[in-house]
Amino acid sequence: MAHAATAHADSGHVDEHHWTSTGLNSRKIAIWGFIGSECLFFASLISTYLVYKGKSLVGPLPHTESQCMLDGKMQTCEAIFEIPLVTFGTAVLLFSSFFVVLALYGAQKGDRKMLLTWLSATVLCGLFFVGMQVYEFYHFYHKGLGYSTNLFGSTFYTLTGFHGSHVTLGVIWLSTMLYLAVRGKLTPDKSLNLEMAALYWHFVDVVWIVIFPVVYLMR
Amino acid sequence: MDAHAAAHGHEDHAHPTPGLYGKIAAVLFVLTALEVLAFEVGRRPDWPMHALIEPLVVPILLILSAAKFALVAMFYMHLKQDSKLFSNLFVWPLIIAAAIILALIVLHAYWIKASF
Amino acid sequence: MATSVLEHKAPAIPHHYPKTGFWSWITTVDHKRIGILYGATAFIFFLIGGIEAVIMRLQLIGPNGKLVDPDTFNALFTMHGTTMIFLGVMPLSAFFFNFFIPLQIGARDVVFPRLNAFSYWVFLLGAIFINVSFLVGAPPDGGWFGYANLTSARMIPSTAAAPAPGLNIDFWVIGLQILGIASIAAALNFFVTIINLRAPGMTLLRMPMFVWMSFIVQILLLLAFPVITVALVFLMMDRNFGTSFFMPDGGGDPVMWQHLFWIFGHPEVYILILPAFGIASEVLPVFSRKPLFGYTAMVFSGVFIAFVGFGVWSHHMFATGMGPFADTFFSLATMVIAIPTGVKIFNWIGTLWGGSLRFTTAMLFAVGMVALFIVGGLSGVMHASPPADLQQTDTYFIVAHFHYVLFGGSIFGLAAGAYYWWPKIFGRLLDEKLGKAHFWLTFIGMNLTFFPMHYLGLHGMPRRVYTYPEGLGFEFLNQVETVGAFVIVLAFLLFIVNIIKTWMGPANAPADPWHGATLEWSIPSPPQEFNFPNLPRVGSSVPQWDAWRAAGGKLPEPVRVSGDDIHMPNPSYWPLMAAIGLTILMSSLMLIRQWDYWYAITLFGTAWLFFSVYRWAFEPTGH
Repeated sequence: MAHAATAHADSGHVDEHHWTSTGLNSRKIAIWGFIGSECLFFASLISTYLVYKGKSLVGPLPHTESQCMLDGKMQTCEAIFEIPLVTFGTAVLLFSSFFVVLALYGAQKGDRKMLLTWLSATVLCGLFFVGMQVYEFYHFYHKGLGYSTNLFGSTFYTLTGFHGSHVTLGVIWLSTMLYLAVRGKLTPDKSLNLEMAALYWHFVDVVWIVIFPVVYLMR
Repeated sequence: MDAHAAAHGHEDHAHPTPGLYGKIAAVLFVLTALEVLAFEVGRRPDWPMHALIEPLVVPILLILSAAKFALVAMFYMHLKQDSKLFSNLFVWPLIIAAAIILALIVLHAYWIKASF
Repeated sequence: MATSVLEHKAPAIPHHYPKTGFWSWITTVDHKRIGILYGATAFIFFLIGGIEAVIMRLQLIGPNGKLVDPDTFNALFTMHGTTMIFLGVMPLSAFFFNFFIPLQIGARDVVFPRLNAFSYWVFLLGAIFINVSFLVGAPPDGGWFGYANLTSARMIPSTAAAPAPGLNIDFWVIGLQILGIASIAAALNFFVTIINLRAPGMTLLRMPMFVWMSFIVQILLLLAFPVITVALVFLMMDRNFGTSFFMPDGGGDPVMWQHLFWIFGHPEVYILILPAFGIASEVLPVFSRKPLFGYTAMVFSGVFIAFVGFGVWSHHMFATGMGPFADTFFSLATMVIAIPTGVKIFNWIGTLWGGSLRFTTAMLFAVGMVALFIVGGLSGVMHASPPADLQQTDTYFIVAHFHYVLFGGSIFGLAAGAYYWWPKIFGRLLDEKLGKAHFWLTFIGMNLTFFPMHYLGLHGMPRRVYTYPEGLGFEFLNQVETVGAFVIVLAFLLFIVNIIKTWMGPANAPADPWHGATLEWSIPSPPQEFNFPNLPRVGSSVPQWDAWRAAGGKLPEPVRVSGDDIHMPNPSYWPLMAAIGLTILMSSLMLIRQWDYWYAITLFGTAWLFFSVYRWAFEPTGH
């Protein structure tokens, strides 16, 4: 559909079959427009998190000990965040951005081995990140932080949950690309399909680049 | 914006090399490590330079995070050599998004005393 | 997902897709057919919204009205607003976007035709979904703005009759989510279409003004709808999972809902009015035989309105007490927006000035739109001032204001577009005599209905209240308003008569009945499936007038060509299937409080959606 304005051969200086006003691919403009729209989606989530930062009426709290309801009684609960694990997850997601850009390079150059290697690595990194988040949610829940326990729980789980669902969608999309690549259908002239998935993946990564310091590291 | 893009004609496919991508990955890794370092220094009174860093943690984190964001957008998302149109499609929504986040924080005016 | 992963595979149309009849409409990806579907659907919902308004006017015709009970009145004003905005004006605008953006920029279709069909089906299912609430006796009743104290389950006191919160607000929350997805998908499509499918030579500053205003609307849709989506998710969690996003008892803030809602809601106001501005900017030059006055100023004032439109949302919230700093900032920003709007009005008047005016029905509606919008715009500037707003807020003065901009502005603009473009869409000219009667009755009825509301509001009549006691001096003006509402009803009955009469008449409209300036008038009425046999070449913002000038007089009627060798995109079932899957997914969220295994339906809908999207992505597209 890159060239919806298809035309049969015709006189004139313009190649009507491939005519676009900007010379750019329409699907690539669309994915960028979608990313622009998503900026406002995550901005709403992040601003709500920040506006409600420090407004929780009960514990547990992200960085400090607090009184919270755990195992059916009020007690002193430890801080929720465990920075080493999430730092490791952050690094994995960052490297997956590096890997997918190598996979795209391979796809554009027709280097099948490079494409398959790095695309597989990207998908594995994505799966690891989702796994880390599932573990984190499970672990936080058992430390006393339910979804409706306090404002911190609600805003944290909603923000990171929506980010996680974006990562999951990205993993599904990239896995589809990996399937095509294995079948030999991701040839250099079709590399735009991977480029779109990669752009989406990088966007999910830059959102995490904002979330990690703003949510986890700002006390 | 699109006159500029049209002047460029088709997309520039002279992408950076894997070597450059690798260097960027290394820089991203270091910046992330610095973020965590700033966080740790800021929360541990017994660490060196704590008194100096502690009030600066938030600005340091914002600057480092903005730098990582820019590196990924410019090099991994290829905005640096792609058509300016794509940069516009990303940067203008980002400006509006940042302005809205800032405005909501100011409107709720809690920020200065936030503690957690 | 907008396109086939495997392009260039099967150019031939699979034989199981019909070309005519019922199934051809179900599977169509033709922007013109999808436009007509939008128009027909939206007109039906416009009439439903109108009936809701008439019932309210009958209830308010005298003091102590007994026609409806207070709960029904709440549902009526909620659904009147929701219907007119999301199911009336927005899709009527989408009708014109669909039909005329490709025609005016010289393209054969929108850039993603199947995504376009998907947008329509999601819109249709969402519109039906939100109105099903009437059938199950739980219509939304928290206002179209859904303020958290009216919609958060824990703030609604339980009664013996209703121990648990009903589904009323859930219909609204989920319905708006579905409609939002349709809007974002459509906006992305038109946005890329306008960027990338303009005919050779059509630079940005040669685009018709309707395309320019539509372009700005798509940007606003893309940036505003994500915010309401997030707000609605929070509200849904508050209602179903005991969170406290907007609940003070858990530390949350109901005003946060207002912020998020109006960050969306104010750009939404421009989403509703800018298409009408665009249509008026097409109609006025053609019937003045003059190019649009101040084209570039018009473009940049539109861009400026859109940009600053993101920084004025809190003027809807002066009554919440945000403090002098915020009040001053948002008051000033709001008043600044009056400047580009004023530029537009002067440009329209400048276009008329010295032109050889032809007062067709389309022209009457366009001029009426300018006049009535000035009234609504001026009252808008009045409540940009916080002290004035504190007197006017929640009174009928506000109702008067936004009906002057939305009825006098949007509906008049859309009506101008209907009379102007009807021959191009259906190949038949609407009757001008009936059309002029339609205009004058609408104009008179509109002013009779809404002008007295200014006085009632300033005299203290609150809005959204189901009745009023006698002796407050509200009786006479309310009677006038109800009479006015029936004049509007009569006017739209005439419009329906006009449509039927035209429908039964011969399809004999010429390609260019008005001596139009833009590309849609260069092709036969109605256009052939592929619109343009060859891509047109454009040298100015008035290409059709250039062609007249070059020909030294009237152009010959364009001939219909076979177009067998022009490949158009294949029809497809999968947009509809994906829309159904999405609707199942979203509908399951209605059952969270009702059924422990609600997520089984969520998973089912998700699986259906994914299956459809994959079939869609791997379907041969025909080129």
